[in-house]
Amino acid sequence: MARRWVLRVVSLAAGLLLWQVLTASGVRLWLRFDQLPTAVEVAERFARQLTRAEFYGDLGSSLARIGLGFLLAAVVGTALGVVVARSRVLGDLVQPLLEVVRPIPAIALVPIAILLFPTDEQGIVFITFVAAFFPILVSTRHAVRALPTTWEDALRTMGGSRRQVLVRVVLPGALPGVFGGLSVGMGVAWICVISAEMISGRYGVGYRTWQAYTVVDYPGVVVGMVTIGLLGRVTAGVVELLGRRATRWLPGEARS
Amino acid sequence: MSVRIEGLTAGYGRSAVLRGLDLVVAEGELLVVVGPSGCGKSTLLRVVAGLLPGTAGRVLVDGVPVRGTSRDRALVFQDDGLLPWRDALRNVELPLALRGVPRAERRVRARGWLDRVGLAGFERHLPRELSGGMRQRVQLARTLAQEPRLVLMDEPFGALDARTRSAMQELVMAVLRETGTTTIFVTHDVDEAVRLGDRVVVLGAGEVDVRREAILAAVMG
Repeated sequence: MARRWVLRVVSLAAGLLLWQVLTASGVRLWLRFDQLPTAVEVAERFARQLTRAEFYGDLGSSLARIGLGFLLAAVVGTALGVVVARSRVLGDLVQPLLEVVRPIPAIALVPIAILLFPTDEQGIVFITFVAAFFPILVSTRHAVRALPTTWEDALRTMGGSRRQVLVRVVLPGALPGVFGGLSVGMGVAWICVISAEMISGRYGVGYRTWQAYTVVDYPGVVVGMVTIGLLGRVTAGVVELLGRRATRWLPGEARS
Repeated sequence: MSVRIEGLTAGYGRSAVLRGLDLVVAEGELLVVVGPSGCGKSTLLRVVAGLLPGTAGRVLVDGVPVRGTSRDRALVFQDDGLLPWRDALRNVELPLALRGVPRAERRVRARGWLDRVGLAGFERHLPRELSGGMRQRVQLARTLAQEPRLVLMDEPFGALDARTRSAMQELVMAVLRETGTTTIFVTHDVDEAVRLGDRVVVLGAGEVDVRREAILAAVMG
Protein backbone atom coordinates (compact mmCIF):
# COMPACT_ATOMS: atom_id res chain seq x y z
CA MET A 1 0.00 0.00 0.00
CA ALA A 2 2.71 2.43 1.07
CA ARG A 3 4.73 1.45 -1.97
CA ARG A 4 1.92 2.34 -4.32
CA TRP A 5 1.68 5.78 -2.75
CA VAL A 6 5.40 6.26 -3.16
CA LEU A 7 5.10 5.41 -6.85
CA ARG A 8 2.27 7.87 -7.30
CA VAL A 9 4.16 10.70 -5.60
CA VAL A 10 7.27 9.89 -7.65
CA SER A 11 5.23 10.09 -10.84
CA LEU A 12 3.88 13.54 -9.97
CA ALA A 13 7.27 14.81 -8.86
CA ALA A 14 8.90 13.55 -12.05
CA GLY A 15 6.30 15.36 -14.14
CA LEU A 16 6.92 18.63 -12.32
CA LEU A 17 10.68 18.18 -12.56
CA LEU A 18 10.52 17.51 -16.31
CA TRP A 19 8.42 20.66 -16.77
CA GLN A 20 10.89 22.70 -14.73
CA VAL A 21 13.93 21.37 -16.61
CA LEU A 22 12.42 21.79 -20.08
CA THR A 23 11.24 25.36 -19.47
CA ALA A 24 14.09 26.66 -17.30
CA SER A 25 16.77 25.51 -19.75
CA GLY A 26 14.77 26.88 -22.71
CA VAL A 27 14.55 23.64 -24.68
CA ARG A 28 13.38 24.09 -28.27
CA LEU A 29 12.79 20.72 -29.92
CA TRP A 30 10.06 21.62 -32.43
CA LEU A 31 7.89 22.21 -29.33
CA ARG A 32 8.91 25.58 -27.95
CA PHE A 33 9.28 25.02 -24.24
CA ASP A 34 11.26 28.26 -23.95
CA GLN A 35 7.97 30.13 -24.44
CA LEU A 36 6.38 28.59 -21.37
CA PRO A 37 6.72 29.67 -17.72
CA THR A 38 8.62 27.39 -15.39
CA ALA A 39 6.98 25.34 -12.66
CA VAL A 40 8.59 27.52 -10.03
CA GLU A 41 7.32 30.73 -11.66
CA VAL A 42 3.84 29.31 -11.76
CA ALA A 43 3.99 28.16 -8.14
CA GLU A 44 5.15 31.61 -7.02
CA ARG A 45 2.43 33.20 -9.07
CA PHE A 46 -0.20 30.90 -7.64
CA ALA A 47 0.87 31.73 -4.09
CA ARG A 48 0.61 35.44 -4.89
CA GLN A 49 -2.81 35.01 -6.49
CA LEU A 50 -4.10 33.32 -3.35
CA THR A 51 -3.52 36.54 -1.42
CA ARG A 52 -5.46 38.73 -3.87
CA ALA A 53 -9.15 39.53 -3.60
CA GLU A 54 -9.49 39.60 -7.39
CA PHE A 55 -8.70 35.87 -7.55
CA TYR A 56 -11.53 35.02 -5.16
CA GLY A 57 -13.85 37.35 -6.99
CA ASP A 58 -13.15 35.43 -10.20
CA LEU A 59 -13.70 32.12 -8.44
CA GLY A 60 -16.95 33.45 -7.08
CA SER A 61 -18.30 34.63 -10.43
CA SER A 62 -17.38 31.42 -12.25
CA LEU A 63 -18.88 29.29 -9.50
CA ALA A 64 -22.03 31.41 -9.38
CA ARG A 65 -22.47 31.08 -13.17
CA ILE A 66 -21.92 27.36 -13.20
CA GLY A 67 -24.00 26.90 -10.05
CA LEU A 68 -26.99 28.71 -11.46
CA GLY A 69 -26.75 27.29 -14.98
CA PHE A 70 -26.19 23.76 -13.74
CA LEU A 71 -28.96 23.93 -11.16
CA LEU A 72 -31.43 25.16 -13.75
CA ALA A 73 -30.30 22.43 -16.13
CA ALA A 74 -30.64 19.78 -13.42
CA VAL A 75 -34.20 20.80 -12.58
CA VAL A 76 -35.45 21.43 -16.12
CA GLY A 77 -33.49 18.54 -17.66
CA THR A 78 -34.73 15.98 -15.14
CA ALA A 79 -38.31 17.22 -15.29
CA LEU A 80 -38.44 17.29 -19.09
CA GLY A 81 -36.66 13.93 -19.31
CA VAL A 82 -39.33 12.34 -17.13
CA VAL A 83 -42.16 14.02 -19.01
CA VAL A 84 -40.84 13.05 -22.44
CA ALA A 85 -40.34 9.44 -21.32
CA ARG A 86 -43.71 9.11 -19.60
CA SER A 87 -46.11 10.97 -21.86
CA ARG A 88 -46.37 10.02 -25.50
CA VAL A 89 -48.19 13.23 -26.46
CA LEU A 90 -45.75 15.56 -24.73
CA GLY A 91 -42.89 13.43 -26.01
CA ASP A 92 -44.04 13.91 -29.60
CA LEU A 93 -44.57 17.62 -29.00
CA VAL A 94 -41.28 18.42 -27.29
CA GLN A 95 -38.80 15.90 -28.61
CA PRO A 96 -38.46 17.05 -32.25
CA LEU A 97 -37.64 20.54 -31.02
CA LEU A 98 -35.01 19.24 -28.66
CA GLU A 99 -33.49 16.93 -31.25
CA VAL A 100 -33.01 19.85 -33.63
CA VAL A 101 -31.14 21.92 -31.05
CA ARG A 102 -29.22 19.08 -29.42
CA PRO A 103 -26.46 18.57 -32.03
CA ILE A 104 -25.44 22.24 -31.76
CA PRO A 105 -22.59 22.55 -29.25
CA ALA A 106 -23.65 25.00 -26.56
CA ILE A 107 -20.59 27.14 -27.18
CA ALA A 108 -21.76 27.78 -30.75
CA LEU A 109 -24.72 29.58 -29.20
CA VAL A 110 -22.51 32.40 -27.86
CA PRO A 111 -23.45 34.93 -30.56
CA ILE A 112 -27.13 34.16 -30.07
CA ALA A 113 -26.74 34.43 -26.32
CA ILE A 114 -25.08 37.82 -26.66
CA LEU A 115 -27.87 39.07 -28.90
CA LEU A 116 -30.66 37.52 -26.90
CA PHE A 117 -29.80 38.45 -23.34
CA PRO A 118 -29.59 41.98 -21.96
CA THR A 119 -26.38 41.24 -20.03
CA ASP A 120 -23.31 39.09 -20.72
CA GLU A 121 -23.78 37.53 -17.33
CA GLN A 122 -27.18 36.10 -18.27
CA GLY A 123 -25.79 34.94 -21.62
CA ILE A 124 -23.04 32.97 -19.93
CA VAL A 125 -25.48 31.34 -17.52
CA PHE A 126 -27.65 30.46 -20.50
CA ILE A 127 -24.74 28.81 -22.33
CA THR A 128 -23.89 26.83 -19.20
CA PHE A 129 -27.50 25.80 -18.83
CA VAL A 130 -27.76 24.57 -22.42
CA ALA A 131 -24.48 22.67 -22.11
CA ALA A 132 -25.55 20.74 -19.01
CA PHE A 133 -29.18 20.41 -20.00
CA PHE A 134 -28.89 17.89 -22.82
CA PRO A 135 -26.80 15.19 -21.12
CA ILE A 136 -29.13 15.41 -18.11
CA LEU A 137 -32.26 15.25 -20.26
CA VAL A 138 -31.04 12.33 -22.35
CA SER A 139 -29.83 10.30 -19.35
CA THR A 140 -33.06 10.90 -17.46
CA ARG A 141 -35.20 9.96 -20.41
CA HIS A 142 -33.24 6.78 -20.93
CA ALA A 143 -33.28 5.88 -17.24
CA VAL A 144 -37.05 6.34 -17.00
CA ARG A 145 -37.67 4.25 -20.11
CA ALA A 146 -35.40 1.48 -18.83
CA LEU A 147 -37.26 1.08 -15.52
CA PRO A 148 -38.49 -2.48 -14.97
CA THR A 149 -42.27 -2.51 -15.48
CA THR A 150 -42.70 -4.77 -12.45
CA TRP A 151 -42.11 -1.87 -10.07
CA GLU A 152 -44.82 0.23 -11.63
CA ASP A 153 -47.19 -2.74 -11.90
CA ALA A 154 -46.59 -3.53 -8.22
CA LEU A 155 -47.47 -0.01 -7.18
CA ARG A 156 -50.56 0.15 -9.35
CA THR A 157 -51.90 -3.17 -8.06
CA MET A 158 -51.43 -1.79 -4.55
CA GLY A 159 -53.83 0.96 -5.56
CA GLY A 160 -51.15 3.58 -6.28
CA SER A 161 -52.21 6.58 -8.38
CA ARG A 162 -50.28 7.96 -11.36
CA ARG A 163 -48.76 10.61 -9.15
CA GLN A 164 -47.75 8.04 -6.56
CA VAL A 165 -46.12 5.91 -9.26
CA LEU A 166 -44.15 8.98 -10.34
CA VAL A 167 -42.99 9.91 -6.84
CA ARG A 168 -42.43 6.43 -5.42
CA VAL A 169 -41.15 4.50 -8.43
CA VAL A 170 -40.13 6.62 -11.40
CA LEU A 171 -38.10 9.31 -9.65
CA PRO A 172 -36.18 7.10 -7.21
CA GLY A 173 -35.75 4.36 -9.80
CA ALA A 174 -34.32 6.73 -12.39
CA LEU A 175 -31.95 8.40 -9.93
CA PRO A 176 -28.83 6.38 -10.85
CA GLY A 177 -29.28 7.34 -14.50
CA VAL A 178 -30.06 10.94 -13.61
CA PHE A 179 -26.82 11.21 -11.67
CA GLY A 180 -24.92 9.78 -14.62
CA GLY A 181 -26.31 12.66 -16.64
CA LEU A 182 -25.50 15.18 -13.91
CA SER A 183 -21.85 14.07 -13.89
CA VAL A 184 -21.49 14.42 -17.63
CA GLY A 185 -23.46 17.68 -17.54
CA MET A 186 -21.14 19.15 -14.95
CA GLY A 187 -18.11 18.37 -17.11
CA VAL A 188 -19.60 19.94 -20.23
CA ALA A 189 -20.86 22.92 -18.22
CA TRP A 190 -17.29 23.76 -17.18
CA ILE A 191 -16.02 23.60 -20.72
CA CYS A 192 -18.73 25.98 -21.80
CA VAL A 193 -18.62 28.42 -18.91
CA ILE A 194 -14.85 28.86 -19.36
CA SER A 195 -15.13 29.28 -23.12
CA ALA A 196 -18.01 31.72 -22.76
CA GLU A 197 -16.06 33.72 -20.21
CA MET A 198 -13.07 33.84 -22.54
CA ILE A 199 -15.28 35.21 -25.30
CA SER A 200 -17.59 37.60 -23.53
CA GLY A 201 -16.93 37.74 -19.81
CA ARG A 202 -15.79 40.60 -17.58
CA TYR A 203 -14.88 38.48 -14.58
CA GLY A 204 -14.33 34.85 -13.91
CA VAL A 205 -11.52 32.34 -14.14
CA GLY A 206 -11.90 31.87 -17.88
CA TYR A 207 -11.89 35.59 -18.55
CA ARG A 208 -8.82 36.07 -16.30
CA THR A 209 -6.94 33.27 -18.01
CA TRP A 210 -7.49 34.69 -21.47
CA GLN A 211 -6.77 38.18 -20.17
CA ALA A 212 -3.41 36.94 -18.84
CA TYR A 213 -2.59 35.53 -22.27
CA THR A 214 -3.38 38.79 -24.07
CA VAL A 215 -1.09 40.75 -21.75
CA VAL A 216 1.71 38.16 -22.15
CA ASP A 217 1.39 37.04 -18.52
CA TYR A 218 2.11 33.37 -19.14
CA PRO A 219 2.43 32.26 -15.52
CA GLY A 220 -1.03 33.78 -15.05
CA VAL A 221 -2.35 31.62 -17.88
CA VAL A 222 -1.10 28.43 -16.25
CA VAL A 223 -2.42 29.50 -12.86
CA GLY A 224 -5.82 29.98 -14.53
CA MET A 225 -5.64 26.56 -16.15
CA VAL A 226 -4.77 24.85 -12.88
CA THR A 227 -7.54 26.73 -11.08
CA ILE A 228 -10.09 25.61 -13.68
CA GLY A 229 -8.92 22.03 -13.32
CA LEU A 230 -9.25 22.15 -9.55
CA LEU A 231 -12.72 23.69 -9.72
CA GLY A 232 -13.84 21.02 -12.17
CA ARG A 233 -12.47 18.31 -9.93
CA VAL A 234 -14.17 19.64 -6.81
CA THR A 235 -17.59 20.14 -8.44
CA ALA A 236 -17.45 16.70 -10.08
CA GLY A 237 -16.60 15.26 -6.66
CA VAL A 238 -19.62 16.95 -5.10
CA VAL A 239 -21.96 15.53 -7.77
CA GLU A 240 -20.48 12.07 -7.37
CA LEU A 241 -20.79 12.19 -3.59
CA LEU A 242 -24.44 13.23 -3.76
CA GLY A 243 -25.07 10.53 -6.34
CA ARG A 244 -23.58 7.83 -4.16
CA ARG A 245 -25.60 8.91 -1.17
CA ALA A 246 -28.80 8.87 -3.22
CA THR A 247 -28.21 5.47 -4.81
CA ARG A 248 -26.79 3.45 -1.97
CA TRP A 249 -29.26 0.66 -2.73
CA LEU A 250 -27.52 -0.21 -5.99
CA PRO A 251 -25.58 -3.46 -5.99
CA GLY A 252 -21.89 -2.77 -5.61
CA GLU A 253 -22.41 0.23 -3.33
CA ALA A 254 -21.23 -0.60 0.16
CA ARG A 255 -23.87 0.07 2.78
CA SER A 256 -22.70 2.23 5.64
CA MET B 1 -64.49 -11.45 -3.69
CA SER B 2 -65.95 -13.51 -6.50
CA VAL B 3 -64.64 -13.48 -10.04
CA ARG B 4 -66.56 -14.28 -13.20
CA ILE B 5 -64.76 -14.32 -16.54
CA GLU B 6 -66.87 -14.57 -19.69
CA GLY B 7 -65.44 -15.13 -23.15
CA LEU B 8 -62.21 -13.30 -22.38
CA THR B 9 -59.80 -12.71 -25.24
CA ALA B 10 -56.59 -10.89 -24.44
CA GLY B 11 -52.96 -10.57 -25.44
CA TYR B 12 -50.28 -8.20 -26.62
CA GLY B 13 -50.20 -6.68 -30.07
CA ARG B 14 -52.07 -8.64 -32.68
CA SER B 15 -51.67 -12.12 -31.24
CA ALA B 16 -54.20 -13.11 -28.60
CA VAL B 17 -52.80 -15.58 -26.06
CA LEU B 18 -56.19 -16.02 -24.40
CA ARG B 19 -59.20 -16.84 -26.58
CA GLY B 20 -62.75 -16.96 -25.28
CA LEU B 21 -61.87 -18.01 -21.74
CA ASP B 22 -64.66 -18.69 -19.22
CA LEU B 23 -63.81 -18.99 -15.55
CA VAL B 24 -65.59 -18.65 -12.21
CA VAL B 25 -64.00 -18.26 -8.79
CA ALA B 26 -66.22 -18.19 -5.71
CA GLU B 27 -65.66 -15.99 -2.68
CA GLY B 28 -62.90 -17.41 -0.44
CA GLU B 29 -61.91 -20.06 -2.94
CA LEU B 30 -58.38 -20.91 -4.08
CA LEU B 31 -58.36 -21.64 -7.79
CA VAL B 32 -55.17 -22.95 -9.35
CA VAL B 33 -54.63 -22.28 -13.04
CA VAL B 34 -52.19 -24.68 -14.67
CA GLY B 35 -50.66 -24.63 -18.10
CA PRO B 36 -47.33 -24.62 -19.89
CA SER B 37 -45.28 -21.44 -20.30
CA GLY B 38 -46.68 -19.01 -22.83
CA CYS B 39 -50.26 -20.26 -22.61
CA GLY B 40 -51.55 -16.95 -21.24
CA LYS B 41 -51.55 -17.58 -17.49
CA SER B 42 -49.78 -14.33 -16.69
CA THR B 43 -51.92 -12.46 -19.19
CA LEU B 44 -55.01 -13.75 -17.40
CA LEU B 45 -53.76 -12.39 -14.08
CA ARG B 46 -52.81 -9.05 -15.58
CA VAL B 47 -56.29 -8.65 -17.01
CA VAL B 48 -57.97 -9.50 -13.71
CA ALA B 49 -55.57 -7.15 -11.89
CA GLY B 50 -56.59 -4.38 -14.27
CA LEU B 51 -53.13 -3.84 -15.74
CA LEU B 52 -54.16 -5.02 -19.20
CA PRO B 53 -57.56 -4.56 -20.82
CA GLY B 54 -59.04 -7.58 -22.57
CA THR B 55 -59.87 -7.25 -26.26
CA ALA B 56 -63.15 -9.14 -25.98
CA GLY B 57 -65.34 -10.62 -23.26
CA ARG B 58 -65.87 -9.50 -19.69
CA VAL B 59 -64.18 -9.79 -16.32
CA LEU B 60 -66.58 -9.23 -13.42
CA VAL B 61 -65.34 -8.90 -9.86
CA ASP B 62 -68.22 -9.02 -7.39
CA GLY B 63 -70.43 -8.48 -10.41
CA VAL B 64 -68.71 -5.25 -11.48
CA PRO B 65 -66.59 -5.05 -14.66
CA VAL B 66 -62.88 -4.51 -13.99
CA ARG B 67 -61.66 -1.08 -15.00
CA GLY B 68 -58.09 -0.32 -13.98
CA THR B 69 -56.17 -1.48 -10.93
CA SER B 70 -57.39 -1.49 -7.36
CA ARG B 71 -55.89 -2.17 -3.98
CA ASP B 72 -58.55 -4.87 -3.54
CA ARG B 73 -56.82 -6.97 -6.21
CA ALA B 74 -53.19 -7.69 -5.30
CA LEU B 75 -50.73 -9.21 -7.77
CA VAL B 76 -47.84 -11.31 -6.47
CA PHE B 77 -44.94 -11.42 -8.90
CA GLN B 78 -42.57 -14.24 -9.68
CA ASP B 79 -39.58 -11.92 -9.36
CA ASP B 80 -40.60 -10.33 -6.05
CA GLY B 81 -41.52 -6.86 -7.39
CA LEU B 82 -39.91 -5.17 -4.40
CA LEU B 83 -38.53 -1.65 -4.72
CA PRO B 84 -34.76 -2.13 -4.34
CA TRP B 85 -34.16 1.21 -2.60
CA ARG B 86 -36.59 0.43 0.22
CA ASP B 87 -35.60 -1.90 3.03
CA ALA B 88 -37.83 -4.85 3.89
CA LEU B 89 -39.91 -2.93 6.40
CA ARG B 90 -40.49 0.04 4.10
CA ASN B 91 -41.45 -2.29 1.25
CA VAL B 92 -44.08 -3.91 3.43
CA GLU B 93 -45.27 -0.46 4.54
CA LEU B 94 -45.70 0.70 0.97
CA PRO B 95 -49.35 -0.29 0.38
CA LEU B 96 -50.24 1.28 3.72
CA ALA B 97 -48.33 4.45 2.90
CA LEU B 98 -50.13 4.71 -0.44
CA ARG B 99 -53.46 4.94 1.28
CA GLY B 100 -52.26 7.38 3.89
CA VAL B 101 -51.97 5.20 7.01
CA PRO B 102 -49.97 7.24 9.57
CA ARG B 103 -46.31 6.29 9.84
CA ALA B 104 -46.35 4.96 13.40
CA GLU B 105 -49.32 2.73 12.72
CA ARG B 106 -48.03 1.32 9.44
CA ARG B 107 -44.66 0.61 11.07
CA VAL B 108 -46.34 -1.54 13.67
CA ARG B 109 -48.49 -3.36 11.16
CA ALA B 110 -45.62 -3.95 8.72
CA ARG B 111 -43.46 -5.31 11.53
CA GLY B 112 -46.27 -7.66 12.45
CA TRP B 113 -46.48 -9.05 8.92
CA LEU B 114 -42.71 -9.44 8.60
CA ASP B 115 -42.82 -11.31 11.87
CA ARG B 116 -45.59 -13.51 10.53
CA VAL B 117 -43.50 -14.57 7.50
CA GLY B 118 -40.52 -15.27 9.76
CA LEU B 119 -38.42 -12.24 8.92
CA ALA B 120 -38.24 -10.52 12.31
CA GLY B 121 -34.80 -8.96 12.55
CA PHE B 122 -34.50 -8.32 8.80
CA GLU B 123 -36.55 -5.10 8.78
CA ARG B 124 -33.63 -2.92 7.78
CA HIS B 125 -32.23 -5.16 5.06
CA LEU B 126 -32.40 -4.03 1.46
CA PRO B 127 -33.85 -6.54 -1.01
CA ARG B 128 -30.43 -7.24 -2.50
CA GLU B 129 -29.19 -8.22 0.95
CA LEU B 130 -31.83 -10.95 1.19
CA SER B 131 -32.00 -14.38 -0.47
CA GLY B 132 -34.60 -15.11 -3.17
CA GLY B 133 -36.79 -16.94 -0.67
CA MET B 134 -36.59 -14.10 1.83
CA ARG B 135 -37.46 -11.53 -0.82
CA GLN B 136 -40.45 -13.60 -1.79
CA ARG B 137 -41.52 -13.67 1.86
CA VAL B 138 -41.18 -9.89 2.03
CA GLN B 139 -43.41 -9.63 -1.00
CA LEU B 140 -45.90 -11.92 0.66
CA ALA B 141 -45.87 -9.77 3.80
CA ARG B 142 -46.42 -6.72 1.62
CA THR B 143 -49.37 -8.37 -0.10
CA LEU B 144 -50.89 -9.29 3.24
CA ALA B 145 -50.35 -5.79 4.61
CA GLN B 146 -52.31 -4.53 1.63
CA GLU B 147 -55.33 -6.51 2.90
CA PRO B 148 -56.61 -7.29 -0.59
CA ARG B 149 -59.82 -9.19 -1.10
CA LEU B 150 -58.46 -11.02 -4.11
CA VAL B 151 -54.88 -12.26 -4.47
CA LEU B 152 -53.45 -13.07 -7.89
CA MET B 153 -50.29 -15.13 -7.67
CA ASP B 154 -48.06 -15.51 -10.72
CA GLU B 155 -45.82 -18.52 -10.11
CA PRO B 156 -44.62 -16.88 -6.91
CA PHE B 157 -42.47 -19.81 -5.84
CA GLY B 158 -41.10 -20.73 -9.25
CA ALA B 159 -37.62 -19.44 -8.48
CA LEU B 160 -37.28 -21.05 -5.05
CA ASP B 161 -35.56 -24.27 -4.07
CA ALA B 162 -37.78 -27.21 -3.11
CA ARG B 163 -37.54 -26.83 0.67
CA THR B 164 -38.17 -23.10 0.73
CA ARG B 165 -40.99 -23.61 -1.69
CA SER B 166 -42.93 -26.05 0.45
CA ALA B 167 -42.46 -23.89 3.54
CA MET B 168 -43.77 -20.90 1.58
CA GLN B 169 -46.71 -22.87 0.25
CA GLU B 170 -47.75 -23.83 3.75
CA LEU B 171 -47.43 -20.28 4.98
CA VAL B 172 -49.43 -18.81 2.11
CA MET B 173 -52.16 -21.39 2.46
CA ALA B 174 -52.44 -20.82 6.19
CA VAL B 175 -52.73 -17.05 5.88
CA LEU B 176 -55.06 -17.00 2.90
CA ARG B 177 -57.41 -19.52 4.48
CA GLU B 178 -57.32 -17.68 7.77
CA THR B 179 -58.24 -14.38 6.15
CA GLY B 180 -60.74 -15.97 3.75
CA THR B 181 -59.06 -14.26 0.80
CA THR B 182 -60.11 -15.33 -2.69
CA THR B 183 -57.06 -16.46 -4.66
CA ILE B 184 -56.13 -17.24 -8.24
CA PHE B 185 -52.83 -19.08 -8.23
CA VAL B 186 -51.00 -19.63 -11.49
CA THR B 187 -48.35 -22.33 -11.87
CA HIS B 188 -46.91 -24.81 -14.33
CA ASP B 189 -46.07 -27.18 -11.47
CA VAL B 190 -48.65 -29.97 -11.25
CA ASP B 191 -47.65 -31.02 -7.74
CA GLU B 192 -48.07 -27.47 -6.52
CA ALA B 193 -51.52 -27.37 -8.09
CA VAL B 194 -52.55 -30.56 -6.30
CA ARG B 195 -51.21 -29.38 -3.00
CA LEU B 196 -52.79 -25.91 -3.03
CA GLY B 197 -55.94 -25.91 -5.09
CA ASP B 198 -59.57 -26.10 -4.04
CA ARG B 199 -60.21 -26.35 -7.76
CA VAL B 200 -57.84 -26.67 -10.69
CA VAL B 201 -58.30 -25.30 -14.18
CA VAL B 202 -55.98 -26.29 -16.99
CA LEU B 203 -55.80 -23.51 -19.56
CA GLY B 204 -57.03 -24.83 -22.87
CA ALA B 205 -58.66 -27.90 -21.30
CA GLY B 206 -61.01 -26.47 -18.68
CA GLU B 207 -61.64 -27.59 -15.14
CA VAL B 208 -60.23 -30.93 -13.98
CA ASP B 209 -60.24 -32.99 -10.79
CA VAL B 210 -57.66 -31.98 -8.20
CA ARG B 211 -55.66 -35.15 -8.81
CA ARG B 212 -52.18 -35.44 -10.21
CA GLU B 213 -53.14 -37.84 -13.01
CA ALA B 214 -56.15 -35.83 -14.08
CA ILE B 215 -54.14 -32.61 -14.28
CA LEU B 216 -51.26 -34.28 -16.09
CA ALA B 217 -53.63 -35.84 -18.60
CA ALA B 218 -55.23 -32.46 -19.28
CA VAL B 219 -51.87 -30.65 -19.54
CA MET B 220 -50.54 -33.24 -21.99
CA GLY B 221 -53.75 -32.83 -23.98
